[in-house]
Amino acid sequence: MQRPVLGNEWLIDVRDLTKVYGDGPTAVHALRGVSLRVRAGEFVAIMGPSGSGKSTFMHVLGCLDRPTSGSYRLAGEEVSRLSPDQLALARNTRIGFVFQSFNLLSRTTALENVELPMLYAGVPREERLRRARALLDQMGLGERADHRPSELSGGQQQRVAIARALANGAPLLMADEPTGNLDSTSSADILALFRWLNRERRITIVLVTHDVTIAAWSDRVVTFRDGLIIGDRPVEEAVPASVRAGVPSMAAARGVRA
Amino acid sequence: MSLAVLLRVAWQALRRNATRSVLTMLGIIIGVGAVITSMAIGTGAQAAVLAQIESLGANLIVIVPGSITTGGVSLGSGTRTSLKLEDVTAIAREVPAVAGAAPYSQTNAQVVAGGANWYTSIGGTTPAWTTVRNWPVAEGRFFTEAEVRQSAKVAVLGSTVAQNLFPASESGAVGAMVIIKNVPFRVVGVLASKGQSGFGRDQDDVVVVPITTLQARLTGQTWVNSILVSAATPDAVPGVVDSTERLLRLRHHLTVRQPDDFSVRNIADVQQVRIATSQTQTLLLAGIAVVSLVVGGIGIMNIMLVSVTERTREIGLRMAVGARGRDILLQFLVEALTLASVGGLVGIAIGIATAQGASLVAHWPVIVSPLSVVLGFVSAALVGVVFGFYPARRAAALDPIVALRYE
Repeated sequence: MQRPVLGNEWLIDVRDLTKVYGDGPTAVHALRGVSLRVRAGEFVAIMGPSGSGKSTFMHVLGCLDRPTSGSYRLAGEEVSRLSPDQLALARNTRIGFVFQSFNLLSRTTALENVELPMLYAGVPREERLRRARALLDQMGLGERADHRPSELSGGQQQRVAIARALANGAPLLMADEPTGNLDSTSSADILALFRWLNRERRITIVLVTHDVTIAAWSDRVVTFRDGLIIGDRPVEEAVPASVRAGVPSMAAARGVRA
Repeated sequence: MSLAVLLRVAWQALRRNATRSVLTMLGIIIGVGAVITSMAIGTGAQAAVLAQIESLGANLIVIVPGSITTGGVSLGSGTRTSLKLEDVTAIAREVPAVAGAAPYSQTNAQVVAGGANWYTSIGGTTPAWTTVRNWPVAEGRFFTEAEVRQSAKVAVLGSTVAQNLFPASESGAVGAMVIIKNVPFRVVGVLASKGQSGFGRDQDDVVVVPITTLQARLTGQTWVNSILVSAATPDAVPGVVDSTERLLRLRHHLTVRQPDDFSVRNIADVQQVRIATSQTQTLLLAGIAVVSLVVGGIGIMNIMLVSVTERTREIGLRMAVGARGRDILLQFLVEALTLASVGGLVGIAIGIATAQGASLVAHWPVIVSPLSVVLGFVSAALVGVVFGFYPARRAAALDPIVALRYE
């Protein structure tokens, strides 16, 4: 058998993953045996009501938590049994997080926020500044590098957070309700940025949301319920055409960003 | 993370809550300030006591007559008339390891010189006194053995007396005449200034004349009030005390069953007690300093715990972007250490200022030793590490998921 070519490698390869909190009769089975494969360069939306296990799944994928059983290979490496320090290294170099509430350090400039992951990676100062400035330029925030989060709009803060997520060149971006705190214009702006990163920069994106209009921007929709995956379909099948009509074309989206 | 980055992050975090940081440092500032001040005062007091021993005369032993007991009533030491001038010469001649022995009798009188007069203490002694008391003459000369034999009417003035009797005199006091109790004396010398004694008395407020002249012309006594003996070396002091006691018992024809009619006091012993007292005071102040440092440390721990709680989300975020437990531990430890160290430096400055202030205002002798500065800083840093460790470990042990969700 021939090995798959690089583009066909599974970036995420999860098999029979379970996560149980507590034990005995009060044990909570948050994940009951989940299997999912994601190729490098995919844009996947994870949907489901609260309590469906999608957040727990996201924490395991993001190396913030370890599964109770099952296997999780990230870029070919088994990470489900890593030590806390090794998990920290995986989060530092392979995964970028984007949160609903931005989670920028207040009273710290945009530039310093983008520098943060590089501090823990031991990147020299000159290189840190160079990379952070380049990323902020790409996000259209070159002029705002020395502003603090409180001096930026919500959309701008989220773009700083995205720059931070990309600082160490992570191939995987994990976004948890990234537009939850944004108005519709800023939401479209951020989602267009995600799609641009996915198409142009080949960044794999896993986006957690409960909103089908957000999921409409992705290519593949995975649905959770009661700790199990109950649906895994292309966006054309998972999201009605009327909803997808609200998503601008690639060219139009770039226009929005500019 | 590099040390420079850690320090910068810690400094930013402390500046963010500047008032709170300063208030937290107060405990450490007071503790370190107390360490510096107490050690400066303690070291200064000990040095002063040692200087006083030097100023009294090295290895000094004082012999005073015993007490008279009549009808069961003791009149106190020094009331007997048992010590004679011959005892002094005998001690100087016969007791081994004696550097010098001098009598000292004393009375108070008005001293008149021209238009000025001064009430002071008149001491009678022999030339050996300058050796025994380690007290040189600043101007002119001391009187001689021959002048003692002749009961010559010559006097040596203490510097305070000289200044008060001859304030404006160009030629000084030497060669002038003074009148004490209607007896004219020629001033032959002025003593070097000794300053205050350990008990606050001005030692320079004195006129010294030959003992024979004092006895014949001023007091009419035939006995001496005290004998000052100096041992050749500090180690010889106990031996000299023993030999002197035996010699005097022999000379005073005391039988085995009779008690001493004199008592021998070792000045070094008295000073040892004073050193011990000042050491006790130093220990007490050091105790206060330690308590203050511990309280300061608890303050640091308290504020660091608050800070960890306030910054739970920040900790979670740092962990999410790749901080390991030990990075977080180090971050908060360096923050506590910075807090304590800055407090320590301020405390050192305030401690030195307080010590200098005490020296200026209360005229206490103070010595700020480099050791106390090092000790103050090290103990502050140690307090920071010890009391910062628990909050830092709590921060490092946070679960990133829980920390990120913390409201």
